[in-house]
Amino acid sequence: MKFLTTNFVKCAVKSCDASDLSFPLKYEECELQLQEHDFNPEFLISMLPRLNWDAVVQVAADLGNTSLPSTKPEGIENNEQLLKDLHSLLLETQIINGKMTCRHCGHIYYIKDSIANFLLPPHLANS
Amino acid sequence: MSRPEQIAPPEIFYNDSESRKYTTSTRVQHIQAQMTLRSLELLNLDPEKTHFILDVGCGSGLSGEILTEENQIWVGMDIAPSMLATALDREVEGDLFLSDMGCGVPFRAGTFDAAISISAIQWLCNADSTTSEPKVRLARFFSTLYAALKRGGKFVGQFYPANENQIIQITSAAKVAGFQCGVVVDDPESKKNKKHYLVLQAGHSDRPLNLGNMEVESTTPKKEKKMSKKMMRAMETKKEYIHRKKELMKRRGKTVAQDSKFTGRRRKPRF
Repeated sequence: MKFLTTNFVKCAVKSCDASDLSFPLKYEECELQLQEHDFNPEFLISMLPRLNWDAVVQVAADLGNTSLPSTKPEGIENNEQLLKDLHSLLLETQIINGKMTCRHCGHIYYIKDSIANFLLPPHLANS
Repeated sequence: MSRPEQIAPPEIFYNDSESRKYTTSTRVQHIQAQMTLRSLELLNLDPEKTHFILDVGCGSGLSGEILTEENQIWVGMDIAPSMLATALDREVEGDLFLSDMGCGVPFRAGTFDAAISISAIQWLCNADSTTSEPKVRLARFFSTLYAALKRGGKFVGQFYPANENQIIQITSAAKVAGFQCGVVVDDPESKKNKKHYLVLQAGHSDRPLNLGNMEVESTTPKKEKKMSKKMMRAMETKKEYIHRKKELMKRRGKTVAQDSKFTGRRRKPRF
C-alpha cells in the first residue's frame, strides 16, 4: 500500500463514520519497501490540496520518520527538489506488512503482502 | 447465460482455480479490456492529466492494467482473496484492498477524482448470508462512494443485471445517495453483447460525462407533471371551450363565424 493511500483510508465501521478519530489510522509494526515509480509532478500538484498534512506528519511519525515539517510547505509547485522528496515519500514508499488500528473503535486492520484487509467481522459489518 | 451470482458468494466462487481460469482466459481479458475502455470513454476524464481512481471489484487487476496504461493512479478493492492474490502475482501497480463494497468504501471524503467498476455491482443485489440485506448494502455502498468522490466526481460501472428489477433497485439506491444517475445500454438489440453501464455523477462537473446526446437524470424532482387532457377540459372556461371547438371546426374545413370581442360572451339580460 502506498504512503499516499494512508492519507485517505479510514475505518470502515459504520459507527466510526461520524468520528474524527477514525482518520488517520494508527500504523504499527510496519515493514516498508521502496518501489520505483515514474515521477509525475502534475499529479502531485493536483493531489496537494487534497492532502491532509497533519495526517501525513502523524502517519510518517508512526512509521518512524519525524523529520517532516509540521506545516504544509508552500510554493511546492516551483520547487523541484521538494516535489521529488514528496514523490518518493507518497508514491514510492510502500507498506508491505503491518497493522492499522482505528483510534475510535480500536479495530485492527492487517496489511499482509501489501494487501490491506478491510473485511469486517459480521457483528461490525451490519451495525 | 451462466450467472456466477447464483452459484456462490463472490469470495467463495472466485477460488484459486476459478480466478486463474478467469484471468488467463483471453476471451475474458478481451471483454474486460473493452468494457474498461468504454467506461473510461464515458467518464470523459482529461487525457492530459493523471487522476486518482477507485476500482470497485478490481479482481485480478485486468481493468487496473488498462488504468495504468492510461497513466492513472488507482486503488482497487475486491472481496475475493484469490483474485487479489492473482493480481499480486501479476504485479499490478495499484494498491489493493480486501474489502466488501456492501460494507462501504473505506475512504475519507473527497478522495477520488473518479471511480469505475467492471462486472461487480450486480453482486450487491444478492443476499449471500442471513445477515446481509441487499437494500442496506446498496445504500451503504452508494452513500460512502458519494462521500469518497470529490464534488463533480464521476462513477461508471458496467454490470450484469439479472432482470429489469435489479436495474431499478440499483439506480434508485444511487439516487437516494444523492447521485445524478443514468444507465447506458450498449448493443441493446444483441442478447450476448448487450452491456449495461451505470453512470453516476456527484454534483456538477466542468467535464460532464460523455453520454452523446443523453443526459443524466437529476435528483431534484421535476417541476410539475403535464396535466392530463381530461383535467385540462375540466378546468377550461366557457370561452376557451368555444374557441377550441371553433378552431377544430375550422381545421375540418367547416365555415365558422369570425372571432370577435363578443365571442363567448353572455348576452345582455333583457325583459
